[in-house]
Amino acid sequence: MLQLQNLGLILDGNQILKNLNLETRPGEIHSILGANGTGKSTLASVIAGLSGYRHVDGKLLFHGEDITDLSISERARRGITLAWQEPARFEGLSVAEYIGLGQRFAGDGCASPRECLMKVGLVPENYLARAVDSTLSGGERKRIELASVLAMKPKLAILDEPDSGIDALSIDCVVEVIKTFSRNGTTVLLITHHEEVAEIADRASSLCGGTIMKTGDPVAVARFFRNHCQECLHVNLPGEEEKINDGVFEAI
Amino acid sequence: MTEYSKQFEMLSEAYEISGGDAAALLDKHSGSLVVHHNKIIGRNEIPGVHIEGSETPTGARAKISVDPGTVVEKPVHLCFGVIPKEGIQEIISEFDIGDRAIVTFLAHCTFPNAVKVKHTMAAKIHVGKNAQMTYSETHYHGEFGGIEVLPVVKVVIDEGGMLKNEFKLTKGSVGELRIDYEGDLKKDAVCEFDAKVYGKNEDRISVKESIYLNGVNARGLAKSRIVSSDRCHSEVIGEVIGNAADSRGHVDCVEIIKGKEARASAIPRLVVVDDRAKLTHEAAIGSVDKKQVETLMARGLSENEAVDVVVRGMLK
Repeated sequence: MLQLQNLGLILDGNQILKNLNLETRPGEIHSILGANGTGKSTLASVIAGLSGYRHVDGKLLFHGEDITDLSISERARRGITLAWQEPARFEGLSVAEYIGLGQRFAGDGCASPRECLMKVGLVPENYLARAVDSTLSGGERKRIELASVLAMKPKLAILDEPDSGIDALSIDCVVEVIKTFSRNGTTVLLITHHEEVAEIADRASSLCGGTIMKTGDPVAVARFFRNHCQECLHVNLPGEEEKINDGVFEAI
Repeated sequence: MTEYSKQFEMLSEAYEISGGDAAALLDKHSGSLVVHHNKIIGRNEIPGVHIEGSETPTGARAKISVDPGTVVEKPVHLCFGVIPKEGIQEIISEFDIGDRAIVTFLAHCTFPNAVKVKHTMAAKIHVGKNAQMTYSETHYHGEFGGIEVLPVVKVVIDEGGMLKNEFKLTKGSVGELRIDYEGDLKKDAVCEFDAKVYGKNEDRISVKESIYLNGVNARGLAKSRIVSSDRCHSEVIGEVIGNAADSRGHVDCVEIIKGKEARASAIPRLVVVDDRAKLTHEAAIGSVDKKQVETLMARGLSENEAVDVVVRGMLK
């Protein structure tokens, strides 16, 4: 459904993404595993179409359509959305309004703000009327972000580290929400650097130095990540020698 | 229908448009004062709330007092307006809130057809010991922008008293707005000035909020949220003067610019006289935050819709 073909991005003279190829399948949870600084959030921004991340080499195809030059809104209306790692806060905008905004362009059978809050483990009565502002904790704000993406019932949800900044006891809830997306028919691109979270996926890809090093079974990719990428010295500096060779990473 | 009835009807319609509840103006159990141009066309007193009014050649005088210890359950409604295209309305008012009283005022000022209207409000407010007063003023203007709105408010808040004052002008185009609020806070008093203005076209907006923390442990917040669009120019001066021990003050100003020809400036001014006072400020001026806009765009809104949601939220 989503195809990234030879994607490349240079920001401020630095090659952040290089020759990146990735394909997601309809309804799958696809984890992107990578250490800090390897380009995970950049990849999320490129797929969502954020400003500053639109001048890329290569192509982005969604259901066969070239979306490389489309704006964020145009991509969202085709069913692509993003849950930010650190979501924005809005003065004067209630949680109910915020979650409801995405429903204008939602797919069939989207859930109400109340239902979405319940799915992310928040009591609706305590949150619907509250503002999406700095009075919310980081964890609360992230759950509301997930609820707003749920409400949109997108075709592709890019979840940028939904597990970061969440207390350990709540990780299970976040994992359950991610599975809910998939049960609703939404394809999830799950960006994380937690192996245990990445392993809930149907498939996973390891990102290192701005390129996909290995794609396949999540457990195998997590092992590959652990053995080759966590200590990688080549963050954001992919060299020719770092190419995948039949799924085996050749470290320098 | 008498001339007063017609004026009341027209003002009631405009009052509704501005967000007011016109039925409340006729509610015998709610205090109210309705002034069209220089005519007092409605006035209702309730137990513990005294409303005196007199007409002047260019407006009206009003003296509103609340007896000590009175808890006013329903808001007191104040409606000021000028329906014709031209006119002057000068309101001189005094509010005296007795010790321990609790009262909320909902004021609506409506100028739906204004092309050349001057509306001034010179108000003196006294909030007694441990009394609480909330004053919320909402303006509704037409799109012509030919209005001068000049509210000048001087407030004295006695020991333990509290005033929350909100000024809101987000519908229509004002022309010229010059807000000048000043608060004198005694021991343990609390004061919040909050101005929310959406400037359009050629509007000129000036907001000055000054809070003097004259009593020990007094608390003050000078807050403003201004949007300058088109060719609007706005200026905000938020100042807090810490004259007493353990007093706390904060200036919080956000101005958003929409349009290449719009201009905005912010001047936070903090003066620490007593070295045990603690004063802080935050001011932000610029276009709408890109991340906020893109977050909403990722839900399918167009850029203009997203900016509008952010701005409307800020001014809510």
